[in-house]
Amino acid sequence: MSGKTVADTLYLERLTVSFDGFKALNALTLYVEPGELRCIIGPNGAGKTTMMDVITGKTRPDEGRCRFGNTLDLLTMSEPQIARAGIGRKFQKPTVFEHLTVAENLELALAGPRNFWRVLRARLTPAGRDRMDSVLQTTGLGDRRDTLAGVLGHGQKQWLEIGMLLMQDPKLLLVDEPVAGMTPQETERTAELLVSLSGTHSVVVVEHDMEFVRSIARRVTVLHEGSVLAEGSMDQVQNNQDVIDVYLGA
Amino acid sequence: MATPDSRRSASIADRLPGPLRGDGGGAVLYAVLAGLAIGVPILALTPDASALHLSPYALTLIGKYLCYAMLALAVDLIWGYCGILSLGHAAFFSLGGYAMGMYLMRQIGTRGVYGDPVLPDFMVFLNWKTLPWFWTGFDHAWVAFPMVLIVPGLLALAFGWLAFRSRVTGVYFSIITQALSYALLLAFFRNDMGFGGNNGFTDFKDLLGFPLTAPSTRVALVVITALALAASYALCRGLVRSRAGRVIRAIRDAESRTRFLGYPVEHYKLWLFVMSAIIAGVAGALYVPQVGIINPGEFAPINSIEIVIWVAVGGRGTLYGAVAGAFLVNYAKTYFTAALPEVWLYALGALFIVVTLLLPNGIVGLRPSAWRVTPKRTGAGPEAEAA
Repeated sequence: MSGKTVADTLYLERLTVSFDGFKALNALTLYVEPGELRCIIGPNGAGKTTMMDVITGKTRPDEGRCRFGNTLDLLTMSEPQIARAGIGRKFQKPTVFEHLTVAENLELALAGPRNFWRVLRARLTPAGRDRMDSVLQTTGLGDRRDTLAGVLGHGQKQWLEIGMLLMQDPKLLLVDEPVAGMTPQETERTAELLVSLSGTHSVVVVEHDMEFVRSIARRVTVLHEGSVLAEGSMDQVQNNQDVIDVYLGA
Repeated sequence: MATPDSRRSASIADRLPGPLRGDGGGAVLYAVLAGLAIGVPILALTPDASALHLSPYALTLIGKYLCYAMLALAVDLIWGYCGILSLGHAAFFSLGGYAMGMYLMRQIGTRGVYGDPVLPDFMVFLNWKTLPWFWTGFDHAWVAFPMVLIVPGLLALAFGWLAFRSRVTGVYFSIITQALSYALLLAFFRNDMGFGGNNGFTDFKDLLGFPLTAPSTRVALVVITALALAASYALCRGLVRSRAGRVIRAIRDAESRTRFLGYPVEHYKLWLFVMSAIIAGVAGALYVPQVGIINPGEFAPINSIEIVIWVAVGGRGTLYGAVAGAFLVNYAKTYFTAALPEVWLYALGALFIVVTLLLPNGIVGLRPSAWRVTPKRTGAGPEAEAA
């Protein structure tokens, strides 16, 4: 979208999260470079969603460090603070505000004031309106702007969530299963969009669809039992014997 | 907006001027309140013999209903728009009422049974020699009237800050608000609290120098209450139509998602709760001089639950529906408790069940489609929380 953002590096170091003795993350160490497009794959229970929960402040780890850039310690920040610091998230299950229209969903996501008393008086600025128009076009929701989000189909809800992420204009986008429920054409458009966002934004994508991962990924990280099993290009990862054993070959 | 709204048919509501656009129910409400503000003085001050004369009983009833309607509005603001079900709003109403009651008690002066110029009768009866510190200044309207807003507002701020910060939501929040109201009920029953114990305050004489028994004072109170209700409606309506109002509905639909967009959800809930408590407090303060008494019974848990029923019956999340529900249910209560007192509680229970099962949008959900403001809702109910 805009070219002004130069993303910061995301540092995850020795993150450990356990739920009742089960280690969802086990000394996970991962770095995401500025402007990188990184795909995370791994079997169910590998810790992909837990990792995103830690980055966005929803879950606190037992151990480890999680920093964004050189100054921000994400472990000391609340979810809204992390969001305002420039980390946006698209959920696995599309979560939009069902009783608001498409345009209202986008309006709330728009980067801008978040404080109650300022939001009370906030109006959509011409710049904000232009941005909304361009996002509506990008997501193909132009003719749905006044439709309640609750009545959209699953694929359109996915697009709306992506649109909300674009309105937020984060430095780092965490995208959980973006193409579930999308048609092949939509999947292709999503791939193009994510590739175009990288460079000016850091993008971390969790996805099960291997075709999709192959079409966008430069670097792939394979998670297994809460830690990194392998990292590299798609070809390197696919030929790694450990990966074949636990995931791809199974 | 370049694209015409295909889902909203052109309706009467959309052709209303300015702030009323899209708010047909609000327009009807303002018209009814304006009618009351003009009609009540005329009808009440016509000669007693006239067939059109409004009896003092009917006048008090209208005033009471208007206060209840404000209270229903306060509950709908947080429950209908933010999904926060408070079962303790009778407490804020009662605190506003007690603040007004303290002022009215001080106005009695030497006209009390014991004739003490400073101490209210119940304090003389308890052999108290001096006025407790927290009664200081309540003989002045400029102290007492702001307290009507400050006391419920501060309680809501402190209670809400603790509850929302700890992410107490849903049924747990409802239960602790109920407990709050019950705790206040028990506290106010105690004589040594200094609020008149189980008798509360009564036997008021005048308000700002106007005798409360005079028909003109009573009419003025009804008119002021109607105007206060209109002002509260305008305030709530302005809030829910703002971007902050959309954030509040977003919190109701998907709280954690709102957090991930960077909104400090707890602050939104807190300010909304405080605003709602203040409206409830003002309603209580207007109620007390009209009914002539305030006692700890007003804190009773059942009162808070009844408010929720008014809102559900009227239609939550519309504001004017809450007002309609308050009038309708209270009229039914007045009628039934006089004609068939043993039936009333069953009728109330049946009404709640019927509305919940058959009319999820309340009675205002039955209104002609031309009045409808929002496109028809589909999918899960407003309380559905997507995680």
